[in-house]
Amino acid sequence: MSNVVQASDQVTIEPQRPWAVKRVVRATNAGRLALFAALAAGITLVSPLANADGWALAFLVVNLTWTIATAVRLGAKERRDAIVRVVVSSLAFLAFVPWLSIFISTALKGYKGLYPGYLFNDMRITSYDDELTFGGVGHAVVGSLIMVAIATILTLPLGILSGIYLTEVRGRLTFMVRFIVQSMAGVPSVVAGLFIFATVVQSMGRYSGLAGGIALAVLMLPTVSRTAEEVLKLVPDDLRSAGYALGARQWRTALMVVLPTVKAGLTTAAILGIARVIGETAPLLLTSLNTNGFMWNPIGGTLGSLPTYIFAMFMYGSEFSVARAWSGSVVLLSIVLFFFVLARRLGGRSEKRAKAGVGKAARTSVGTK
Amino acid sequence: MTTVETPTPREMTVIYSRADRIFRGIVTAGALTSLLLLGLIASFLIFRSAGTFREFGINFITGTEWFSDGFREVGDESRADNSVFSIGPMIVGSLVVATIAMLFAIPLSIGGALYIEFYAPRSIYRILVAMLDLAAAIPSLIFGLWGIEIFTSFGVRWATFLNDRLGFIPIFSVEFENFGRSPFVAGCVLASLVVPITTSVAREVYSRTPRDLIDTCYALGGSKWGAIRSVVMPYGRSGVIAGAMLGLGRALGETVAIYLMLNLVFTYSYEILDSTGGNVASMIALKFGEATDKEISALIASGLVLFVITLIVNMIASNIVQRTTPRA
Amino acid sequence: MTQRTMTMTTSDLSATNKLEDVQGDNSSFRGLETRAVHAWFGKHHALAGVSLRFPERTVTGLIGPSGCGKSTFIRLLNRMHEFIPSAAMAGSVLLNGSDIYDPSEDPAMIRLKVGMVFQKPNPFPAMTIRENVLAGIKLAHLKRDNHDDIVEQCLTRAGLWKEVKDRLDASGGSLSGGQQQRLCIARSLAVEPQVLLMDEPCSALDPGSTLRIEETIKELAEKITVIIVTHNMQQASRVSDYCAFFLTDGGPGYLVEADSTRKMFTNPSDPRTADYVQGKFG
Repeated sequence: MSNVVQASDQVTIEPQRPWAVKRVVRATNAGRLALFAALAAGITLVSPLANADGWALAFLVVNLTWTIATAVRLGAKERRDAIVRVVVSSLAFLAFVPWLSIFISTALKGYKGLYPGYLFNDMRITSYDDELTFGGVGHAVVGSLIMVAIATILTLPLGILSGIYLTEVRGRLTFMVRFIVQSMAGVPSVVAGLFIFATVVQSMGRYSGLAGGIALAVLMLPTVSRTAEEVLKLVPDDLRSAGYALGARQWRTALMVVLPTVKAGLTTAAILGIARVIGETAPLLLTSLNTNGFMWNPIGGTLGSLPTYIFAMFMYGSEFSVARAWSGSVVLLSIVLFFFVLARRLGGRSEKRAKAGVGKAARTSVGTK
Repeated sequence: MTTVETPTPREMTVIYSRADRIFRGIVTAGALTSLLLLGLIASFLIFRSAGTFREFGINFITGTEWFSDGFREVGDESRADNSVFSIGPMIVGSLVVATIAMLFAIPLSIGGALYIEFYAPRSIYRILVAMLDLAAAIPSLIFGLWGIEIFTSFGVRWATFLNDRLGFIPIFSVEFENFGRSPFVAGCVLASLVVPITTSVAREVYSRTPRDLIDTCYALGGSKWGAIRSVVMPYGRSGVIAGAMLGLGRALGETVAIYLMLNLVFTYSYEILDSTGGNVASMIALKFGEATDKEISALIASGLVLFVITLIVNMIASNIVQRTTPRA
Repeated sequence: MTQRTMTMTTSDLSATNKLEDVQGDNSSFRGLETRAVHAWFGKHHALAGVSLRFPERTVTGLIGPSGCGKSTFIRLLNRMHEFIPSAAMAGSVLLNGSDIYDPSEDPAMIRLKVGMVFQKPNPFPAMTIRENVLAGIKLAHLKRDNHDDIVEQCLTRAGLWKEVKDRLDASGGSLSGGQQQRLCIARSLAVEPQVLLMDEPCSALDPGSTLRIEETIKELAEKITVIIVTHNMQQASRVSDYCAFFLTDGGPGYLVEADSTRKMFTNPSDPRTADYVQGKFG
């Protein structure tokens, strides 16, 4: 015992990370990348390569050359590892650039048209190529929200029911339902619009927000169903067993035990569905078209929406109308972002709760032993 | 001698209470709604397009002419209806643009997914995953807007370069040096639209690689690339293929982005840098505005063709997933 | 078999004195040695002040109740610990006298010298038996041209050759659990490690397969150092020359006592060791 070192005998020992990349190395690496960036810029200036894409190409080539050159002294394994690292990072860089470019260019091109009244005015008395300080996108936001609300009201119950069917009832058609939901996710949006046009619009005799909402619902249903299923699958079987072991019927277990555990998760499912369909354009071009003024009646004829507003502004093609299209895009992206952040926050909470549920079930089972 | 009788297994029947039966009924009905809806869409498309298929037959798929003979009153027999509808170049065009998009999207997605899972610093991992999910939710309309306003100048430069250097290869030759709104440029934009979708599927699949298999590679003295190549990639292959099929389905059905990015021309064209192309989905949106009744029926027939194509792609994808998902 | 272990234990003990005697001169010490090793996961202090010596060509069993840091300790010995994002450590681990955590050391090279077999058998699913054995050579880019010999040799040492020699091109997943684990051992042997770490290699196996693996371990010890984590006291007494007993009082795990297996099981110096090996707790 005497020669065994005890924790209590020790002076406080600092945790170390001998494997961590040293700050000096990290700084050198960053410095080297900066140098390469400058070098690439130089190459871009003197060679036929031009613009951002030329610079990116030069940067990648410089980087790769350096890696190969310095890797020569390494073994085959390390050399390959280093080269792959550069290749993978470059591919990832190329994959991420378009989204960054979209966010940045939307903000840069769209901010000009944003003024305090933009969200509250419509285009009834404003021409598409009027100065940007007139008119607004209010009517389109209202129309989009109306149609999304219709779609949500229609899909949420159906989506949750099919989620419950797949995880709780597990009937004979489980495979079939899952397959159909998957196939529906692949229905092209324009086909959904065409279907609703030929059924709802033609039988009602007019374009309407209701038709637009139903078209969006067709697109939203698979998203909501699938997310609901995923969320319900997170509920540990222990919880269900606990419900049954208490003598509860299946419906009580489902409604009182399973659903409350994943309430936040289901909300997330709905919000993600909304974020996905609110930017859908093609089905609305076939079902609800566009208007220039505020309109609250979903069955009173054509109803404007953000996507069709942007589309119409862009197709009009004048300087100011295209600027309006970008401003509309800022609003649309902001709404998507808002729903997205909301969904993530709720989703994080629901995951924690599901985990807490697991812990609770485990504790209960230990306690009863 | 007595024979040992094998006992007959006793049936265990579950009898649900009435409340449970009602509950199961409601839930089943709800679940079947999507079944019903898909059936309705399919049968409706078939029903409404039957006339078109009867009139034009196989020519609807292979022909190269879309001509609407104008509006007429019902029962107006004063002049013959000379409308001809066929979508051959549009189908081929859809496939061409989608293929170009996937050629770019697949390597980018695999690279992006591997980077996020295995190379990115831990401090930005969560941000990258959130960004990826968000990018998958960017409306395609905004991709189209970005494509035509921002990307086209880059795309045209690349197209010019390809045409200069590789113009002797038939697909890179052009009739007129006008590269904007060509399948190549549209395909690039479509690729950037598909990449978030395929990347997030690939990332998800890669992240599920059993940790102890990766650890084993390291324990054998393997490098990161060694672990990726011998464990992560084989393990994730089917998932990545399914993700690519999902992206392909999306690329085939995409409407507005292509509508903004492509000149629709009713001739077969394999010159991907030439500004002539085709796409079924955008053609539907384009012709819909001033369509006659008969034309609507033809558009619905086009929709049916598109629907069948994407359904096949999706079925292949879900088949791959079903076949290769490891059973828990 | 037990007979052999016993004789070896006594002879080795006289040569290396006591396992945990790290104060002495180490320049001549061949084998793996830890000095005051600590481990953290974020703020959680998982392991405190473990100093041990693992002489060459011996088997050491690490025993102790769950959660006392045995697996953490074993993963520190071949630098697998650092794959956990929040992990940290202190102290040093010496392989033949040189610190494996020295910044100039390549962790991949360390792992080549200190191999590892995991709790669950995990042959690479997409590879055949033969490819599995050769996986390490391929992964580490080792230059070997007698692949067939290596496959035969490693499978023989792992006690699997007779069973699989006619189906080397079958998938590794087609074997039984015990065979898979022996395949994993063969896979680790192919890169010729000096030390083999085994983290509860038999906990997922049936008794028959367990016995086969124990025989394998004893044969391996003629050439390499084996360190094995086990919850099975009989197993520890059957296969190991030395034993080290870990414990935790709710805080970080620590080493209670380390000695020859015979002494640990018959006359331990710490009463807690006696209680544990007799199954009074844990």
